[in-house]
Amino acid sequence: MSTSFVLNGKPTTLDADPNMPLLWAIREIAGLTGTKFGCGMALCGACTLHLDGQAIRSCVMPLSSVAGRQITTIEGLQSKPAKAVQAAWIELQVPQCGYCQSGQIMSATALLEKNATPTDADIDGAMSGNICRCATYSRIRAAIHAAAQSIKA
Amino acid sequence: MPRRSRSRPEVVSNDVSNQALAPRQPTRRAFLQGAGTATAVALTIGFEWAASARRALATPAPAAGAPFAPNAFVRIGADNSVTVIAKHVELGQGAYTGIATVLAEELDADWSLVRVESAPADAKRYANLVFGTLQGTGGSSAMANSWAQLREAGGKARAMLLSAAAAAWHVPVAELTAQKSVVYHAASKRQASFGSLVAKASALAVPETVALKDPKDFKLIGQQLPRVDVAAKVDGSAQFTLDFTLPGMLVALLKRPPLFGATVSSFDATAASAIPGVVKVLQVPGGIVVVAKNFWAAKQGRDALRVQWDDTHAEKRSSAALMDEYRQLADKPALTARKQGDSAQAIGNAAHKLSASFEFPYLAHAPMEPLDAVVKLTASSCEIWAGDQFQTVDQMNAAKTAGLNPQQVSIHTLFAGGSFGRRANLSSDYIVEAVSIAKAYGADGTPIKLQWTREDDLHGGLYRPMYFHKLEAALSDKGELTGWRHVIVGQSIMADTMFAPIMIKDGIDSTSVEGAATIAYDIPNITVELSTTKNGVPVLWWRVVGSSHTAFAVEAFIDEVAHAAGADPFTFRRKLLEHEPRMKAVLELAAEKAGWGSGPLPKGKGRGIAVAQAFSTYVAQVAEVSVDESGHVKVDRVVCAVDCGTPINPDIIAAQMEGGIGFALGAVLYGAITLKDGRIEQDNFNSYRVLRMNEMPKVEVHIVPSTLPPTGVGEPGVAPLGPAVANAIFAATGQRIHVLPFPRPGVA
Repeated sequence: MSTSFVLNGKPTTLDADPNMPLLWAIREIAGLTGTKFGCGMALCGACTLHLDGQAIRSCVMPLSSVAGRQITTIEGLQSKPAKAVQAAWIELQVPQCGYCQSGQIMSATALLEKNATPTDADIDGAMSGNICRCATYSRIRAAIHAAAQSIKA
Repeated sequence: MPRRSRSRPEVVSNDVSNQALAPRQPTRRAFLQGAGTATAVALTIGFEWAASARRALATPAPAAGAPFAPNAFVRIGADNSVTVIAKHVELGQGAYTGIATVLAEELDADWSLVRVESAPADAKRYANLVFGTLQGTGGSSAMANSWAQLREAGGKARAMLLSAAAAAWHVPVAELTAQKSVVYHAASKRQASFGSLVAKASALAVPETVALKDPKDFKLIGQQLPRVDVAAKVDGSAQFTLDFTLPGMLVALLKRPPLFGATVSSFDATAASAIPGVVKVLQVPGGIVVVAKNFWAAKQGRDALRVQWDDTHAEKRSSAALMDEYRQLADKPALTARKQGDSAQAIGNAAHKLSASFEFPYLAHAPMEPLDAVVKLTASSCEIWAGDQFQTVDQMNAAKTAGLNPQQVSIHTLFAGGSFGRRANLSSDYIVEAVSIAKAYGADGTPIKLQWTREDDLHGGLYRPMYFHKLEAALSDKGELTGWRHVIVGQSIMADTMFAPIMIKDGIDSTSVEGAATIAYDIPNITVELSTTKNGVPVLWWRVVGSSHTAFAVEAFIDEVAHAAGADPFTFRRKLLEHEPRMKAVLELAAEKAGWGSGPLPKGKGRGIAVAQAFSTYVAQVAEVSVDESGHVKVDRVVCAVDCGTPINPDIIAAQMEGGIGFALGAVLYGAITLKDGRIEQDNFNSYRVLRMNEMPKVEVHIVPSTLPPTGVGEPGVAPLGPAVANAIFAATGQRIHVLPFPRPGVA
């Protein structure tokens, strides 16, 4: 059975079990491996991507539920906030092991696309669903503020 | 945190990641090109996935001819590329960047041209010199054991490039200088790029010795160089084992016994085999494996398995019962790990006696990337792709499992999505599982990826052991600490492993008592004892190993002693560290930067201090906490001072301290793996809670300037955090913490 949706701006049809979590369909069928598997229960945020502009956990989202919708993964980030976030991540040298960082960047981008000047409390609210076992949290926070500044400038 | 505008260096993280965006299904030939035959083709592929600024470097046609490879650690291409071969895995600690920095420094390489590639498994060339003859990463040893080796490797390569230029220009080599991958002869105003000298340098003999730089001449060491792996970790192109694929690769999920030590009695694969995409269901030594075309099919297949387990020999006790046993053992005779003076007499005759006990739970490492490995097994070869942390041990264990010689096992080390010790284990558990699955599948060359889930990770054992500590101290009338007795009860990490003969002396596993037997305080009478327990729960080192519990016991108890002596906890410690200048210096630096003694904090807030030495790195931390009326603890700020010898990259040192602090804070606040009748009670991040963004304190890191040889930073930052926070909670509330994790308001 096939499911059609827009993946990183391109119309895409994947022939897979409609109950397969979107995460695995994107990774193993579409071949985009930037989105990671961390828990399988929407507890860690490693699988975060954008569904119609919202940050969602793809490990618990059945493939069938995204029919006709827009998906953006780390590989397809284009927006000005997204580019600012990625630049700030490099500037502040955020990643350590790096495994969770695609998900962190997707959550941070979704935050900045809605809220151009997030407070620390806004960052806590938007980012507390994304676990980083290397605990790069202070740098993530600083990078989100830096990205917000650079978008304004 | 520092801001940067410098150009970023290239990274080829390993022999396969360079195919990440180029050929989607890399061929075996491409691996070989990347792996070590060092053709210019491989270099070009490497550039293809780089940022556009760097793509320009790949524009010229690849130069013909072999690169200059004077030793096992560096290759210089005719295109000027400098490829540093890393014998240590990059699992977040910054090893790739540190290794490249040390070599590039003595080479006088242009940092923007430096790339890093992972070394193959080959202990002859790539042994960790701290481990002796084994290749592997751990004990915060990457910089310490590479320092002299890589400086020499870079220095000799530079000397050969200079000799090549001297011969070409007919000038004395002493008149030449090198800077940013270019050799200069000032008098004749001639210059030559390293790349242009590759052919001539390759013909020269490697010098026996080489003069190394005076540290004052360092250009890269000590700078905040950007990490070589960050760009790929920001655009999703960094390749982890999870991301690695081969044509025809299958995915395997293993159903393991629910109790440690249980075995398969019988199983019914009917329902599992009926799941579309499931290829085979097989019994292997570790349980029943479902091999499928993709993860989802394997997962559904595994969920559908019916397995009867034989738990005759399984560990069926609860962790609470084990702790009861430990508690009783603490009062029984134990082995002596350190004896100095007569602590029994000192405590018996003391004006004031103190005692306390501390309980530490089992802890899981829970790296973000659940364990995984790809194995391609034939009758005569075993090829492994993994975030491999212990290449030589894994090679031996894989060979044994496959029925091959270790030389027939090759390992491609990929980026590891965290480890904290988990990927380096002497049983090579996940590697052996993957090889045993490939073997059961038929050893027909079909690549198979073993993928663990988070539940597998938390149920899978190899935990930081559970421990019980009992401490007693003697204070004189004048408040002097005259006696110290410390009893530790718990499992040995090294027992029954190949490291036992080295690491266990007279029954004492040094990893059980490090940080306790090595207590730095000047106390006339000290006894440290160990009672080693045995049970069916598999254990392993966890970030900072013994000091993950001993530093807590020592530093929380010394705080209690200082309080009983009516002394300030900082000045009390400092007085006992007069003979330990480096430890004293970090203690003073942390106290000064934190404003220790600058007056009382508002009600509900407290400040605590702790200091530790681990892997020859000294770390002191001051924590500031707020405790609200319901007892909820928030750590507001941590000031950290670290002395790790020569700071190779201050920004990575800061990052490791920040990360160590967050990792340790999650553990002391929430971390516990518990058993109920042998079953692990935690399944995922809902029941095994770790630190999240809203709980991360502000962290300040101060580095002690030093020209001593570098030591490690991956682990030591973890050691003092727990006791610093516990001591701060006492300052805020008057409550001491003796059972970890910390009590949580509303949680029984």
